[in-house]
Amino acid sequence: MLTLQFIPYSEVKDLSSLGRIRKLLNMAKENKIVLLEGRLSKEEEAELIKTTMEEINASFKGIELAVVNPSENENDVFSKLRSTLASTLLGNRQGFTIIGPATIIKSIKRDPNKLQLLMKDAASRRSSKKHKRRR
Amino acid sequence: MKVKFMNYINNLFRVIFGRKKLIRLGVYGPVNAGKTTLANRICKDWIGEELGTVSKIPHETREIQVKEKVKIRSNSKELDFNIIDTPGIATKIDYEDFMKFKLNEKESKQRAKEATKGVIEAIKWLENVDAVLVVLDSTQNPYNQVNITIIGNLAARNIPVLIIGNKVDLKKANIKKIKNAFPQYTTVGISAEKGKNMEDFYEALFELIK
Repeated sequence: MLTLQFIPYSEVKDLSSLGRIRKLLNMAKENKIVLLEGRLSKEEEAELIKTTMEEINASFKGIELAVVNPSENENDVFSKLRSTLASTLLGNRQGFTIIGPATIIKSIKRDPNKLQLLMKDAASRRSSKKHKRRR
Repeated sequence: MKVKFMNYINNLFRVIFGRKKLIRLGVYGPVNAGKTTLANRICKDWIGEELGTVSKIPHETREIQVKEKVKIRSNSKELDFNIIDTPGIATKIDYEDFMKFKLNEKESKQRAKEATKGVIEAIKWLENVDAVLVVLDSTQNPYNQVNITIIGNLAARNIPVLIIGNKVDLKKANIKKIKNAFPQYTTVGISAEKGKNMEDFYEALFELIK
């Protein structure tokens, strides 16, 4: 059974960068797909990838990640100023982050207007588990 | 801490004494985009020797490789570069994927282990570059989180970025899609393997550094 867990921004806003990364990664390692209100900073994204790499082993193969920032494609000065002001006042609450284990999510396909989570089929997940058990 | 302090001192000298002559040029990107092929092409063009080995098996480059003092000329200008080829950045590494390329289980596990270390090293080295070539495979969707994270981190560190749409010799190549995905950066379409459009690449590189 797949679990999709929503985390409101209020639950991570007081955490340090490391705490935020730890929380997301732990949930992914519990085979949950996490939808976080708000987004990670660029530095946190890089740190998340680094931490993920440190923890890869026979059962944890890594993550699939998408950080969606609605203000990313704003080109005019007024819109940029508005989102900078919103970020300063509210934190990185705008947008959302999706993270899930690579053993469940095959890939996250995105283009400017669409985001698709492509899941691994049950058979391939089962065969991967069997492989693990044999080891 | 020590690295950050040295970077601070380097930047201070650069501000006081003008632009330094040796530019540390990082070659970054996702796995199998052609980073080493491009680094090899540059090195072959200017010093006649290659930097690293290339393979169809993902994560062939698992350690940082540096070629020092590569003198590049373009439009009667000349600059010295340290070319820093980095392992491909990924969010997942599954040793079973390597077994599809006829590596045995032991070799695959070893490769996966080295590859994870390579990704960590590549991210750490972001602190040690003056400018970066972000190499993307122009046959692939550019709206990929790894690409966005790399470019976002470089922007946050104020490091100049030139986006390279590699493999334009292939039928499925779509340079326009890369330009649309990252409109605030200059994108040059090349084929590092075939040496296509390298003149434009060198011109854009000198534009980036000026």
